[in-house]
Amino acid sequence: MLTTLTTPDSGQALVAGHDVVRHPNRARHAIGYVPQDSGVDREATGRENLMLQGRIYGLRGAALRQRVDDLLQLIGIAEASERVVRGYSGGMKRRLDIALGLVHRPSVLFLDEPTTGLDPEARAAMWVEVQRLAAQESLTILLTTHYLEEANQLSDRLAIVSRGQVVVEGTADELKRGLQGELVTVELQDSNGSAADAVAVVDRFPGARETSLDGRHVNTRVPNGAQAIPAILGLLDDANVTVASVTTSRPSLDDVYLHYTGREFAADDTGDAP
Amino acid sequence: MTIARDTWWMVVRQARNLMREPIWIALLLIQPMIWLLLYGQLFSRVPALRGSASTYIEFLLPGIVVMNAFFGGTWAGMSMITDLDRNVVSRFLATPASRLSIVLSQVVRAGLTAMVQALIILLVGLALGVRVHGGAAGWLVVLVIGALVAMVFAGISHGIALLVRREATMIAAANFVGLPLMFLSSILIQQRVMPGWMQSVARFNPVNWGVHAARDAVVTGGQWGQIGVNVLLLLAATAVTSAFATWTFRSYQRSI
Repeated sequence: MLTTLTTPDSGQALVAGHDVVRHPNRARHAIGYVPQDSGVDREATGRENLMLQGRIYGLRGAALRQRVDDLLQLIGIAEASERVVRGYSGGMKRRLDIALGLVHRPSVLFLDEPTTGLDPEARAAMWVEVQRLAAQESLTILLTTHYLEEANQLSDRLAIVSRGQVVVEGTADELKRGLQGELVTVELQDSNGSAADAVAVVDRFPGARETSLDGRHVNTRVPNGAQAIPAILGLLDDANVTVASVTTSRPSLDDVYLHYTGREFAADDTGDAP
Repeated sequence: MTIARDTWWMVVRQARNLMREPIWIALLLIQPMIWLLLYGQLFSRVPALRGSASTYIEFLLPGIVVMNAFFGGTWAGMSMITDLDRNVVSRFLATPASRLSIVLSQVVRAGLTAMVQALIILLVGLALGVRVHGGAAGWLVVLVIGALVAMVFAGISHGIALLVRREATMIAAANFVGLPLMFLSSILIQQRVMPGWMQSVARFNPVNWGVHAARDAVVTGGQWGQIGVNVLLLLAATAVTSAFATWTFRSYQRSI
């Protein structure tokens, strides 16, 4: 809808300040769209693809040629630019796709699952590429993905969409922190006697939840692990409990995803029940 | 004019891609010659077929130009299906490219291809001793007729391609339309020897309008008024079928 490929039934949407219904062509000039399935012309060369795309956006002459040369350089397929795209590798084709979305210097770039179908090496290279482009071309990039690791690495802000609705949005850190908090694990020097006391002591820390004992390990959840550890250690020290080690672990984005989409399922289930 | 500019560059793209296919170029050149020689030999013994033409090959040549253009146009929609399958169309749709140019460029491309083929057929005919009685204007009429007939059917072909969006269905549809229209025209035999009902139906067949105009230019070299009427009819038909293709393109856009 934001790429103007489909028209909304109702409501209003702005992309880079342009109304997609009333001024679709202004919006189209402001955006670059890289579809999930490559839209390159496989029978044409890389350069011809870029030249045509540039001409559609009204670029011409020396400015167009310069821009195409720069882009071919930027995405690293300058040597292959005179070859027909049919002979390109998957990664090269993908990068050409992205270059096609960049020809007219858009302010917003839509990347629809840019790494689907790429091997791990090509995927890592693509991540580097995306980060570099965002910086060099001063772009806002809207990237959709099924790989949470990718969202974690690349995003400044992210939104989780379930069944067509944004269920939560924020930075990756915010979302992870907003979940159940971080897990703090305290390993005790010896488990005899003092272990039960230790659980009580740790649980006294404000904000600690779900505190439990697992052998010599006391687990608890706190909103912010780095801030909590000195205070928890202080409390334990006051109670004369000797500590062997402390670790914190944050929930992964996978946990966040399951939390929000899982809740959706549950809500739906009850909703459907007669 | 963005439409003209975008259409032009899209025609350039399609033409360049086609020129990269050696087999396609070979067929483009050889196919008309095979028809010309094959049919020319097959029917040359039956004088009743050729009417006022001095040889059957002279009678046949304008027909082959039209038949070639007509077949080329009928199959033109295949390249739209390829572009749809490869997401080239949806890529163009996310750009400010004139939507009309995406369809029109395909129709124009079919017309230009047919024009090149018409020229080749005329040159082969020249080598076989066929004289175009209409002179330079006659040559021009044959080229224009080739382009127009191809564009009329390219419009229908793209409309069908955009509705069915599948190659197999497209092939069936093209055959279904193609052969009957060819035999309901005077491509191979003169209209007067056709059965009465076929003569009446042929009057509404755009293929036949093209054959008549091209044959007037080559065989009689006169009747410019008649030629003009047929050219106008073909122009109108081109406008109608292109509008049909554009309309199906809109419905395709709504379906994504």
